[in-house]
Amino acid sequence: MSTLIAERPTAELATRPKAPKRRLRGESKLHPLVWVFVVAVMAFSLIPFYWLVNTSLKKGASLSQGELFPSQPTLENYLVVFQNPEFLLALRNSVIIAVVTTTVALVFASFAAYALARLKMRRKAMILTLILSVTTFPAIAIAAPMFSIWRDIGLYDTLLGLIIPKLTFALPLAIYTLTSFFKEIPRELEESAYMDGATPFVAFRKVILPLAVPGLATTAILVFISVWNEFLLAVTLTTSPESRPVPVAIAFFSGTSEFDQPLGTISAASVIITVPLVILVLVCQKRIVSGMTAGAVKG
Amino acid sequence: MATKTLQPGRAAPAKTSGRDRAERRLAFRMTAPSLVIMALVAAVPIGYAIWLSLNQYSVRTAGLSRFVGLENYINALASQEWWAAFGQTFLFAGLSVSLELVLGTAMALLLNLAFKGRAVLRTVVLLPYAIITVVSAITWQTMFQPNMGLVTNVLSTLGLPGGDVVWLGEHGYAMAVIVMADVWKTTPFAALIILAGLQVISAETYEAAELDGASKWQTFVNITLPLLRPAIVLAAIFRTMDALRVFDLPFVLTRGANGTESMSMLAYTQLRENRLVGEGSALSILTFLTVMVVSVIYVRFAGGNIRDVAKEEQ
Repeated sequence: MSTLIAERPTAELATRPKAPKRRLRGESKLHPLVWVFVVAVMAFSLIPFYWLVNTSLKKGASLSQGELFPSQPTLENYLVVFQNPEFLLALRNSVIIAVVTTTVALVFASFAAYALARLKMRRKAMILTLILSVTTFPAIAIAAPMFSIWRDIGLYDTLLGLIIPKLTFALPLAIYTLTSFFKEIPRELEESAYMDGATPFVAFRKVILPLAVPGLATTAILVFISVWNEFLLAVTLTTSPESRPVPVAIAFFSGTSEFDQPLGTISAASVIITVPLVILVLVCQKRIVSGMTAGAVKG
Repeated sequence: MATKTLQPGRAAPAKTSGRDRAERRLAFRMTAPSLVIMALVAAVPIGYAIWLSLNQYSVRTAGLSRFVGLENYINALASQEWWAAFGQTFLFAGLSVSLELVLGTAMALLLNLAFKGRAVLRTVVLLPYAIITVVSAITWQTMFQPNMGLVTNVLSTLGLPGGDVVWLGEHGYAMAVIVMADVWKTTPFAALIILAGLQVISAETYEAAELDGASKWQTFVNITLPLLRPAIVLAAIFRTMDALRVFDLPFVLTRGANGTESMSMLAYTQLRENRLVGEGSALSILTFLTVMVVSVIYVRFAGGNIRDVAKEEQ
């Protein structure tokens, strides 16, 4: 553990994708114990993935005996999943819900975040605290009354009925992340726009927004992942395959008894919906890291 | 455009220039849509939940209800189920957040080292974050499933206890699986927040400590940890608030059986499965209040960045 401090942090900041090429100092001095830690952390992160994929490729005796390597790997579980109309519907629902919620949240949040990051405003601290506190609301406190309200006005078990409450949780996340991105844009650029006679709104549209495209993309990814992942609202406010998103469909896959689930098929379904997200993380790793830590620590 | 109805101008200081006022008005207009949506979809339902929780609803006749005051709350607070769920939720949050902070700090220290393969490590560490919670639950179910699971198989091959245990079917063991699934998925988040904190500690600080002859362990305990405190507190706040509303993991893994029912699960079960709207609403308001009290305590006593951020805005 103590060796960890020996190697000084390099200048590279996870939050600064454009930092100059990092210098790797002391590369050769790593204590062997540190490598043990590195391997342990990698194993902890990857082995469960391996086991999920492994389980999804097995059937029958091979599955129930828990073979470390499938002796007769089969794609049958995947075929079963893709032939299941409810799973395909759920995929469609999840995509619609996540795309619409993310888009709407980003539009409203970029306005609010600009005001909070740049404009003179009364009670700004209070508003920011309020917005932050919404992110800590337990979803059940909203899901429970929504269940009653939506049943009364006919939005229960509809995609719209799910998008609206999800927006409430997507908005604060988007505002919080975007506010810290907007703050990083140098003020001089707006100042010169003001010199040219631009109003604050024009400065926002013509100067800030184009510069904030990376920040907007990052925020979109984070909001998308969080909406895609959300489960409590989804399970409370839907009941039919026509409006159920993926997490709920998987949770209810083939029966509700907790001990005799057909784990092979469920694992295959899990792998299928995990692959796109893993690709997203691989491609957008830096963005995700910078978004998750945006505003967390003043750099 | 020129209407001033939106702006309670009288409260403004006398010296406010026209441009300032226009800017404030614009700021108000740009924030309003988000605030209105959040108010409509957060505040209104919570208010309605309070009303629902003060009534009792007929299970048989739709729309039939009677006002019962605080009866639902009194019943809930007198019930063994609520306190069991309360205790289990806090046990889960305490265990998983402590593990996540310790592991997250260790991961952050590793990621802050200069070595070949650091980029690979960072990608690998981040992967579980992309997993949806339901899948994380299923993944750990496959790991601990009797006979089929990797963990159970390894344990029995090595002759260690736990190999022949139905993990999700027993008190204590079921909670352990749920904690594992949470730690696996969310430690990357804690690690990244702490890493960001680590990267703003200046090299000079360490060099000074080295000159003073501090050992590496002393440096870590006396310099790194105190300077990391704000980042760790921030990670703790985010993770605790999230852990206290845990729902997905027990839902998928145990349906709340074997000592894993959380506050949110209990409210859900009463509401959706037992159709007890009044009782379910009272339980969800109690869950809400519990989480809010904890967040106030955190921000008050642990301090941390959230307060600094808020102050800076003033």
